[in-house]
Amino acid sequence: MTQQGLKTTPTPEIEAECADGQAAPSGSAAGAELELVDVSKEFHSRSGSVVALKDITLTIRRREFVALVGRSGCGKTTMLRILAGLTHPTRGHVLAGGRPLWRDGGRDPETVGRLGIVFQDAHLFPWYSVEENIALPLKLRGVGKAERLARAHELCALVGLSGFERSYPRELSGGMRQRAAIARALSYRPGVLLMDEPFGALDALTREKMNLELQSLATASESTVVLVTHSIREAVFLADRVVLLSPRPGRIRSVTEVDFPRPRQLDVEAEPRFQEIVRTLRRQLDEEA
Amino acid sequence: MPSREQLMKFLPWISTPVLIAVILAMWKLAVSLGVSRYTLPPPGEVWAALLDLMSRPDVWTVHMRTTLVEAVAGFGIGLVSGVIVGAVLGRVVWLERAVRPMVVALQVIPKVALVPLFVIWFGFGMTSKVIIAAILAFFPIMLNVLLGVRSVDPGHRDVMTSLNAGRWQTFWALEFHSTLPYVFAGMEVGIVFAVIGAIVGEYLGGNEGLGYLVVDTLNALNAPELYAVIVLLAVLGYLLFFAVNVAKRLMIPWHESVSLKDIT
Repeated sequence: MTQQGLKTTPTPEIEAECADGQAAPSGSAAGAELELVDVSKEFHSRSGSVVALKDITLTIRRREFVALVGRSGCGKTTMLRILAGLTHPTRGHVLAGGRPLWRDGGRDPETVGRLGIVFQDAHLFPWYSVEENIALPLKLRGVGKAERLARAHELCALVGLSGFERSYPRELSGGMRQRAAIARALSYRPGVLLMDEPFGALDALTREKMNLELQSLATASESTVVLVTHSIREAVFLADRVVLLSPRPGRIRSVTEVDFPRPRQLDVEAEPRFQEIVRTLRRQLDEEA
Repeated sequence: MPSREQLMKFLPWISTPVLIAVILAMWKLAVSLGVSRYTLPPPGEVWAALLDLMSRPDVWTVHMRTTLVEAVAGFGIGLVSGVIVGAVLGRVVWLERAVRPMVVALQVIPKVALVPLFVIWFGFGMTSKVIIAAILAFFPIMLNVLLGVRSVDPGHRDVMTSLNAGRWQTFWALEFHSTLPYVFAGMEVGIVFAVIGAIVGEYLGGNEGLGYLVVDTLNALNAPELYAVIVLLAVLGYLLFFAVNVAKRLMIPWHESVSLKDIT
């Protein structure tokens, strides 16, 4: 199956996205969007309990792009699931937009409604066509059929899936499915995009294209993004801050600011300073092994 | 030059007549080698008996109709009860644990051994046969639905949770669709079992239905007609299975068990 060409520069559709996207409070890039306060998570099983995360405190600012990196099993995914309200922390508090994510043992629907999540697998519903999958969040919110399908078509164009609106997920390639999943998460214009290794299953070339696309999407939609990834290069290329986790128990090992100007092009990776940051992070990872 | 895919599509249309021709040829050969006419009547005689049978109105209005009604009614009852019981046992874990030994025991009983009981309880009419057909169809459907209800992908559940979906929204957008392929898998087995139930019921009691005709022609040592009734039964079973299969293609065109060629 042929890949649709991905746009690497903002297009009219993306600018439209920008105009009616989530509005940030004027001049408050410093406002806290997501906060983890002394968060710990233990998992209990027959073979004993495992401390997946220990005393994590992290503040993610509005419109910031944060990457979480670390070895397998260091708790990256658990941390993202806690931010998403899918996993309840054993201890500590999670705040989104200054409001607690959990209240009275339940998830606060209004707060959760501002989060968009992209999973490691696309998790599209095989019984829905691409457009129905993308429009599903709007359907659940009671948006009318004509309106939600119009939005789905707009998003198909945005992520390069035009012409596949009526296809079933099983007719798409892995990369196309993942793009449909991203479109689904964007459909309701969430203020925060949480992504768990969304490009893990893609080949290197598609992955680079997706990285550029994600950068322009994040800028245009003024979203806050938290990206979990295995790839240090990907993290440094995309993020404003790279959070490195060390395993067993999962703790924050370091937080690295990356201040290359945006939009970043692929050749930023050739800069000595980029390579220096990657080397430093890699050394930190290796020290744990 | 047709492509491999095109050839694959037409293959059954060529292979099936060829296989039928081979079977008929072997049949004729066996007859010519001197197999008894009571064991194996020649194809021509069976064909004649089949035409004769099909020209008798009572075969359609009484026997075929009786067996069809019994199988379809039994299948319907088995389907509805199988879906309900399977869904409840799939959702209520403690209940499933409590009744599992009994369910397994009921399942391993050769249910056709119960047919005489049902004849005693419900008489020689249609009722006993409908009940047998329903019981035979019930188990595969119930077990498949139970499995289906429990096989909802946890990743899909996460998607619904992250979208703040309510109980009913999760049912309609996720659990219902996700269980349907299992329901149809159970139905494809269930419809075949329902026909078996109806026929075995007719073997043992009553004087209507294709099963009764089988016994009747056997008692008369009318081998060609016996073979002809079996052909009618095969056609009936095939048509019923085909109907379920068409329903499946219409209801779950997205599923792997339905070829993409059929929907595009």
